[in-house]
Amino acid sequence: MADLRLAPAAALAPLALVALFALPAVLPVAAPAQGHPATALVRARVVPPDRVQLRFDGPLARTDAANFRFTEASAPDAPVPVTKVEAGPGGVVTLTVAQPLRASDRYRIEVAQPPLGRDVAPATWALLLTVFLSSALINNFVFTRYLGLCIFFGVSKRTETAVGMGITFTAVMIFTAMVSWLVDTFVLQPLHLGFLQILVFIGTVAAVVQFLDTMLKKTHPALHKGFGVYLVLITTNCIILAVPLLNAGAHSSAAEALALALGSGLGFALALFLMSCAREKLELARVPKSFEGLPIAFALAGLFALAFMGFSGLDFFR
Amino acid sequence: MSDTERPPGALQLLLNGILAENPVFRLALSLCPAVAVTTTVANGFILGVAVLAVQVLSSVTVALVRGAIHPRVRIPVYTIIIAVWVSAIDMTLAAFTPALYAQVGLYVKLIVAFAIIISRLEVFASRQPLAPSFWDGAGMGLGFLIALVVIGSLRELMGNGSFLGVPLVHGKPLLFFALPAGGFFSIALLMAFFNRIERALGGKGPGGSAGGHHG
Repeated sequence: MADLRLAPAAALAPLALVALFALPAVLPVAAPAQGHPATALVRARVVPPDRVQLRFDGPLARTDAANFRFTEASAPDAPVPVTKVEAGPGGVVTLTVAQPLRASDRYRIEVAQPPLGRDVAPATWALLLTVFLSSALINNFVFTRYLGLCIFFGVSKRTETAVGMGITFTAVMIFTAMVSWLVDTFVLQPLHLGFLQILVFIGTVAAVVQFLDTMLKKTHPALHKGFGVYLVLITTNCIILAVPLLNAGAHSSAAEALALALGSGLGFALALFLMSCAREKLELARVPKSFEGLPIAFALAGLFALAFMGFSGLDFFR
Repeated sequence: MSDTERPPGALQLLLNGILAENPVFRLALSLCPAVAVTTTVANGFILGVAVLAVQVLSSVTVALVRGAIHPRVRIPVYTIIIAVWVSAIDMTLAAFTPALYAQVGLYVKLIVAFAIIISRLEVFASRQPLAPSFWDGAGMGLGFLIALVVIGSLRELMGNGSFLGVPLVHGKPLLFFALPAGGFFSIALLMAFFNRIERALGGKGPGGSAGGHHG
């Protein structure tokens, strides 16, 4: 049974790989430091709340505030005033600026003397990990965005079905999100058909689910017997539609879309698993008559939601 | 329509959607938005209006074209009809109430995946003529709207001490009800409350426990 459960993920792995191969093309590449050959700006990173740490590979002649120009990538013409410059050992220079900075945002630092410049951006892996963790835990789709509740309450009665649904859902989620991303990026956006988003995405979801259903039935009948029933249910899950819509709204890159799909899929699987464990115990409990069935399940979900609030302080860039 | 198989009257259909088969409290369908947007009355109201409009328009459309839909492709056709009307309502709300839309926008788009709408098309509008389908859609939509407003009132009153943005209660509000967890608890309490009333009136027991399988 164990290998049977893992098999759909294995069947979809090649597709996920194809999506991964497309990544290097879209990942932003940090601009190389240019200018004076003697001193180079090796590293630049934001230290919240209001500092920027720079590392040069040699001593800096001028360390007064006027030597530095710090801007937000979104507003390159409005420099953020630098209030304090501290030169430390090993070519480290720490700037303090007059406004709060966020480590997840993009900035640019320019030095007048010697002429140097560098984009200050979070590492791509950190950004992707943030998207992933945020969608799986901090903004868990079930417990803080309340999506997919109907399936959530429907299949969380037994752990076995919850695990089966979780695996199937994650696999279908990745597949659907990538197909929707391709459709959105290469068809809807170039043709300015954004108003067709809803229609196209629901069609994509339905087509992908139908395709997987037919394919599994022919190629892996045993698998289909185990997971086919969940496949049909997935079409009525709002999360599967919400993720493509969120990706399209944020103009995500392929990597970000994949991270969001993976995070939301695994987050949903986690929520299902936790809930099913608790509900199996609940069957032995004495519940007030009016609360039997769904009301007590909702109260239980409320407790989980309280617990998940504990993740809300999680910040990756600290 | 013939007298032999006369569908129920308009008032009966309306009341059926609001009370006996209330989508949220009785059928336990389409719960996601019921928790998600009901932090304030206004949010619940706007989504309720959107659902009402989509339900009525889709029911009417299906009732008009039901003769032309082949039974084997009916589900995709229903989905497309709903998606078209959702897109229309989505754009209308975005244009006329941008401030509210900013908060509930995603959930308006997700109306397309609501089980309640497609199940009414399948159960009712595909078999009945125009007028009863209209009233059934209106009843279900109103039932949903009322449910959202009730949950929204409870949460806004408890969590924010106000109603429709007008402060009513002075003192510290219970922030808990405005939080995500509070939404789940509010629905649990309201469902239990409706079950209790049903039992007191000698009804058929907790209806909430039967449903919950559909998005």
